[in-house]
Amino acid sequence: MDQIGFLEPRPAVLSRRREIVADLLDLLPEGCLVHETRELVPFETDAFVSYRRLPLAVALPETTQQVAAVLKYCHRYGVPVVPRGAGTSLSGGAIPQEDAVVIGLSKMARILDVDYANRTATVQAGVTNLSISDAVSADGYFYAPDPSSQLACTIGGNIGMNSGGAHCLKYGVTTNNLLGVKLVLIDGTIVDLGGKALDAGGLDLLGVVCGGEGQLGIVTEATVRLIARPEGARPVLFGFDTSEEAGDCVAGGLAPRSIPHAPGLIGNAGTEDSGASPPAGDPLDGAGLLVAGGEGSRGGADAMLASIIGIAGRHGVKAVKESQSATEAALIWKGRKSAFGATGRIADYICMDGTVPLGQLSHVLRGTAEIVAKYGLRVANVFHAGDGNMHPLILFNANDPEDAARAEAAGNDILRLCVDAGGCLTGEHGVGIEKRDLMRHQYSDVDLAQQMAVRAAFDPQWLLNPSKVFPLEGRPAA
Amino acid sequence: MTPIHEPLSEEAAARLVQVAALSKTPFVIRGGGTRSLHPAPEGGEVLSTRGLNGIVAYNPAEMTMTARAGTPLELVEAALAEKRQMLAFEPNDLRGVLGTSGLPTIGGVFATNASGPRRFTAGAARDSLLGVRFVNGRGEVVKAGGRVMKNVTGLDLVKLLAGSHGSLALLTEVTFRLLPVPETAVTLVVSGLNDAEAAAAMATAMSMSVEVSGAAHLPESVRGRFAGGALPDGAATVLRLEGLAASVAVRAERLAAAMAGFGAVSRLEAEATRRLWREIRDGAPYADGTPRPLWRVSVAPVAGQQLVAALRLETGVDAFYDWQGGLVWLRMEADPEEALLRRYIKAVGGGHATLVRARAEALAASEVFQPQAEAVAMLQARVKASFDPDGLFRSRMVG
Repeated sequence: MDQIGFLEPRPAVLSRRREIVADLLDLLPEGCLVHETRELVPFETDAFVSYRRLPLAVALPETTQQVAAVLKYCHRYGVPVVPRGAGTSLSGGAIPQEDAVVIGLSKMARILDVDYANRTATVQAGVTNLSISDAVSADGYFYAPDPSSQLACTIGGNIGMNSGGAHCLKYGVTTNNLLGVKLVLIDGTIVDLGGKALDAGGLDLLGVVCGGEGQLGIVTEATVRLIARPEGARPVLFGFDTSEEAGDCVAGGLAPRSIPHAPGLIGNAGTEDSGASPPAGDPLDGAGLLVAGGEGSRGGADAMLASIIGIAGRHGVKAVKESQSATEAALIWKGRKSAFGATGRIADYICMDGTVPLGQLSHVLRGTAEIVAKYGLRVANVFHAGDGNMHPLILFNANDPEDAARAEAAGNDILRLCVDAGGCLTGEHGVGIEKRDLMRHQYSDVDLAQQMAVRAAFDPQWLLNPSKVFPLEGRPAA
Repeated sequence: MTPIHEPLSEEAAARLVQVAALSKTPFVIRGGGTRSLHPAPEGGEVLSTRGLNGIVAYNPAEMTMTARAGTPLELVEAALAEKRQMLAFEPNDLRGVLGTSGLPTIGGVFATNASGPRRFTAGAARDSLLGVRFVNGRGEVVKAGGRVMKNVTGLDLVKLLAGSHGSLALLTEVTFRLLPVPETAVTLVVSGLNDAEAAAAMATAMSMSVEVSGAAHLPESVRGRFAGGALPDGAATVLRLEGLAASVAVRAERLAAAMAGFGAVSRLEAEATRRLWREIRDGAPYADGTPRPLWRVSVAPVAGQQLVAALRLETGVDAFYDWQGGLVWLRMEADPEEALLRRYIKAVGGGHATLVRARAEALAASEVFQPQAEAVAMLQARVKASFDPDGLFRSRMVG
């Protein structure tokens, strides 16, 4: 069912494969180049597993200078490069191609500096998201963006995709928490953008590198903001009769009047169809479950919570379950975060990532239900409802190619619906290959041409992650 | 007389740029003309956004607004105030320090990334900007971003446009996120600290989970010029708390207890708090009717006072600190002392300085914006060319 195309491998590169491998072996220390076919297999895909390509080789540099040396070489010989963190991309952002050298940052995983007076951490790009918070947690700090994959995903990958997470309504996504990077350009030049100051001078290149999906350069180090960890996170589970009602509560009351802590909406089909228990073993059987919470200092969290519960009461909430202790709160959160896993037990699924204006939530929920019904499929909803980021999980049987193709088609229809409702194709997973061919639904040719011109300002030959983000047709001549 | 163009629509602006591209006539983009004293470059014509006026859409429930770039900021803020919402990032008003008149525009706010004291908790202007429409140097109308909070679809051109100071394109429309106005606000004042002690006190305050939304230090030389002279004697280190009244009360108590170890703590209530932070935002002590050189310097928070201490040994400076010390408003006596300042910024760990005010000849002779490392400058030039290949949009930001 391989429907999404990749660029044709460059014959000039494929035919020089042995030379390229030999040259890269010279450039890198021992044990830093993977080139045997069976050892390349783990790198052939990421978390968007329906597509896979074996790369030419995988470089696992240990220093920024080694990254620069490999890039300089690839630039000189016209070899495509695919950057890779932990390979957790849900949109195929790290899937390689046959003529590409993968540059994996897994060996660059040290925390270089923690500076509490300035509340910053400087880390190598291969450090996992969670390990930053783990390193500073005992001292009362955390790093705010917390994608569901935070145990495995790297900060370099987070920067590439401008990752979000459950806390982003309050603390922002990666771009709002990133102060500086060390970036290696395609020609091997090493530049520093930003630093420990809150704002950098000059054009906001950091702002476009973040979310650049590895097309503008390779980030080897990052300086991120640390935030004093709130003491009282008090999640509450709200049960509504339908997902639409839960959505209306967020749009009509919760979001505008307060900045609730990380509201997430866990919809119906996943639990209802499987008989699996709802999150955290909660007795609620509500079709629309909403997790929200007061957060902040002692007292502050209580006041926020009272306000949130009051609003839910005015929006027809049927059941409210407050967490009374840290353990219970952790369980509720775990339910929210493992919602994907819970659904995975009952079927294969693809996870969409469109974002819509809050006022369009119930409209899009209804439309989503109609679309999946039309394709004869089922859907489970997991949302960051507070920011309109919707993650409908389309359930299908991966052993049935026709079912899989229907799921992909339904997903594309849902994303078009999100765009038509004033939203966008992707709120946090990135375009990758998955949504690449839908880009013209959101952007005009002129809009895309401007983005591609900026891309070319960084990488004139289109060597960095070249099969991603922009539709393969209509690209400027390299 | 420099010609001034005032297109009344985005299409008219695009046509104007298309025509100018044929004759390679350069433009200087101007909003309200309140934020800059930089003279127009030789042969440049002014392209004003004044004709692009009006709020296009305001949806309080979604906490977003779309407005044309030339819409006066006061019009935007009045509409928001009716619904008890606000711009999260507290855009400043430089009319006082620059002696300019006219109306700041919403486009100018984003084009200069004008961000106030709430920088810690709410981000800069660029963090609130969700979507833009603009006319590039080819005369094309381009849109980027959108009107949703989370959007990673394609390259984030929105960030590039924010703070580009008219160097890339003419902003025609901006969509931005809003926040509810906090129910109340208080300021704790710690009196009598020197700059280094204040840096330590502010770092302690920011390490607590009490959500400080403003941390500034007003040395004795400027203290009397804030809050109508109502701040107690001695330097004032001021910490703002905002939110629900019950929450603010609890947090203020905890913060006051922690700050008592540093100095005498007093408190300003909501009204005085609003006035004080507006004055901090606008650099009020330097609205002194003089052309004495004024810099805004951004460094790591604890480096702010180190920078000023080092400069004091060599020249006469007056300064106060916002952003926990990371933003220094720095006034020189006569010469901008650019070389000296930039050298010391490097010495304290790097950052950047923007020359806000100086005499015309000094402005012309100085780098208004921080010069970038060579490789970064080359990258910036290529990015500029990708928007504006003929260099029609003249700005001191990118040569």
